[in-house]
Amino acid sequence: MKLSGAQILMKALKDEGVDTIFGYPGGAVIDIYDELVKTDIRHVLVRHEQGAVHAADGYARAAGKVGVCLVTSGPGATNTVTGIASAYMDSIPMVVITGQVPRGLIGNDAFQEVDIVGITRPCTKHNYLVESTESLARIIKEAFYIARSGRPGPVLVDIPKDVVNMRIHYKEPAKINMRSYNPTINPNKRQLQKVVSLVEKARRPVIFAGGGIILSKASEELTRFARHAQIPVTTSLMGLGAFPGSDPLWLGMIGMHGTYRANMSTSECDLLIAIGVRFDDRVTGKTDAFAAQAEIVHIDIDPTSIRKNIPVTVPVVGDCRAALTTLNEMLGEADLNGIADKRQKWFARIEEWKALSRLAYQQGEVIKPQYVVEKLYELTKGDAIITTEVGQNQMWAAQFYHFNQPNHFITSGGLGVMGFGLPAAIGAQIAQPDRLVVDIAGDGSIQMNIQEMATAVQCCLPVKVVILNNGYLGMVRQWQELFYDKRYACTCMDHAPDFVKLAEAYGAVGLRATTPDEVEAVLKRGLSNYKDRPVIMDFVVDKEESVYPMVPAGAPITEMLLV
Amino acid sequence: MTEEKHVLSILVDNKPGVLSRIAGLFSGRGYNIESLCVAETMEEGVSRITLVTQANLPLVEQIKKQLNKLINVIKVFDMTEAQYVQRELALIKVTAKPENRAEILRIVDIFRCKVVDVGMDHYTIEVTGDEGKLTAIRGLLKPMGIKEIARTGMIALFRDAK
Ligand SMILES: Cc1ncc(C[n+]2csc(CCOP(=O)(O)OP(=O)(O)O)c2C)c(N)n1
Ligand SMILES: [Mg+2]
Repeated sequence: MKLSGAQILMKALKDEGVDTIFGYPGGAVIDIYDELVKTDIRHVLVRHEQGAVHAADGYARAAGKVGVCLVTSGPGATNTVTGIASAYMDSIPMVVITGQVPRGLIGNDAFQEVDIVGITRPCTKHNYLVESTESLARIIKEAFYIARSGRPGPVLVDIPKDVVNMRIHYKEPAKINMRSYNPTINPNKRQLQKVVSLVEKARRPVIFAGGGIILSKASEELTRFARHAQIPVTTSLMGLGAFPGSDPLWLGMIGMHGTYRANMSTSECDLLIAIGVRFDDRVTGKTDAFAAQAEIVHIDIDPTSIRKNIPVTVPVVGDCRAALTTLNEMLGEADLNGIADKRQKWFARIEEWKALSRLAYQQGEVIKPQYVVEKLYELTKGDAIITTEVGQNQMWAAQFYHFNQPNHFITSGGLGVMGFGLPAAIGAQIAQPDRLVVDIAGDGSIQMNIQEMATAVQCCLPVKVVILNNGYLGMVRQWQELFYDKRYACTCMDHAPDFVKLAEAYGAVGLRATTPDEVEAVLKRGLSNYKDRPVIMDFVVDKEESVYPMVPAGAPITEMLLV
Repeated sequence: MTEEKHVLSILVDNKPGVLSRIAGLFSGRGYNIESLCVAETMEEGVSRITLVTQANLPLVEQIKKQLNKLINVIKVFDMTEAQYVQRELALIKVTAKPENRAEILRIVDIFRCKVVDVGMDHYTIEVTGDEGKLTAIRGLLKPMGIKEIARTGMIALFRDAK
């Protein structure tokens, strides 16, 4: 059977179970699009390629599948770079297909030629330039395998136009056999045995969990482990939802804007069990002072994460779920009688820290941004899928929306890309059509990919955008307030569009609250109506509210500025 | 922590872009490359990159892990962990004035090098050896006037089959 490269590509995508592609056409991929519309794969036409990648990111996280993008060569390809870099830092499984100029023109500075494989080498898990139609099916298969296995990540496949057009005798790709790529899934049992003995002897243990728990679908195992061994849990930003936020063992988030008790207990614990984390500097603060009294266990599938930033007593390489499953089996046999008694003093200490400083704010004349998030939490009963933009809005979402389930908090953690939340919400809504999806946004960030409102309207997506409109690039302003003597250099955004009118211009719904007593009504109206189109809710909030607690960059995480 | 020289022998898929992935890893993460040497191995499709770097122990561990993480890297050996032989080849173009010629040839003889090109006023000498030998002969030839040097960078193999 003779097939064109484009037909082979479609077949390969179907074989991988792809049902949705986020993309934007152009000359180099026109033939692929010509085939794509003949299949039953849904194509979501975004308004900017960056939006396509963030949408695929949101889709991947909400669906637990590989997100897929398709864009043209040159500018289409370069527009994906920010999204790819974000997915790479957050370990999101994704395949990005870019068109390329015909092979004969590569290297000639052809029209819309760019070396996207070269550009994305440091921000993809792997990437390919497809050099022949014969290799296309195998490469697509490998790309999906690499994207979803081990520590997941984005893989880019660059396909020259003539590779797409060439017709060849199609052969099923062989089973994947890559001797240079073999992620370790099952951890070493002897290492885990050491963890069990440390758990038995620990007086002041803490679990620090991260995005790896969510990626490996290990939340249940983590919860069982923590409850059985009676160990309090904190998570990174990426780990929110990995452990129920309503559990008595929950410490809150750790790090720069973490809770006082999470940071204090990490600093004073005698055993830190870190699972699926990479010790980002926003988590550790000054590394020398981080968990300085603790033996540290680090479980992660990526060996480079271990001992990169923090020295570790017991390194465990492997899948988080596999590790926790085995740990739970081992602990089942271990003697944990009286473990809760043994921890009494530790729990009492944590209660003291909790009493000393809680996440708090004072609601006065003007709307406090935290109040909006808190109300949103109440009204949605904590069940919504929350995406965020970046800045204060992101931190308030993390602090005041409490997550009880994984895959409900979708944020650009590692790269911190403004403009992430709206396209990510679109992707999440497409993955979960029956769920409530809310983008908690800042007035600055939302303008970075606002064009995707048109995508949401076109696809009839009931995405809700909650803008915490402070008229500032608030997080930067906060740093200027605290560390630059209130010199607000270029952070005042007082020339923003009227977001209500803007929503209407897109064919969406726009609502606004300017006083505290309007907040609930606007939220209720926005959340429970308009099932077939997006809603922007513009909350005019206190301009100079700041996110607390805060650890100044580079300081030990115990040195917190409290409210 | 003290920095030490580490000789890494890296088996990679012989595919386009592999070298730039490795070079990019080193430049992007601020690791140092002292020398780098690439060629095919006996096995089809597999190349060996011999890379010399300076790093303290935790860093060299991280470098090895980062290399292993690259999809096209098959295996990484740290030669410095065991007994190994190392060689480097250099071509040295040295000024050969009539009064120096005999002395140069004597040095060539003692170091078991070869003169591979002769000009009106120069010899080009081929030297193979470990780093010590290369440094030594350079020192001896320097007074005559070295015009140019080309070096291959180090290659290495374990002494025992590993
Ligand atoms: C693409 C991008 N550019 C710049 C930044 C730096 N930055 C981080 S937070 C922030 C302010 C965001 O303002 P806004 O969206 O209004 O959120 P707020 O902090 O006010 O809630 C900026 C500029 C960034 N994170 N991403
Ligand atoms: Mg703002």
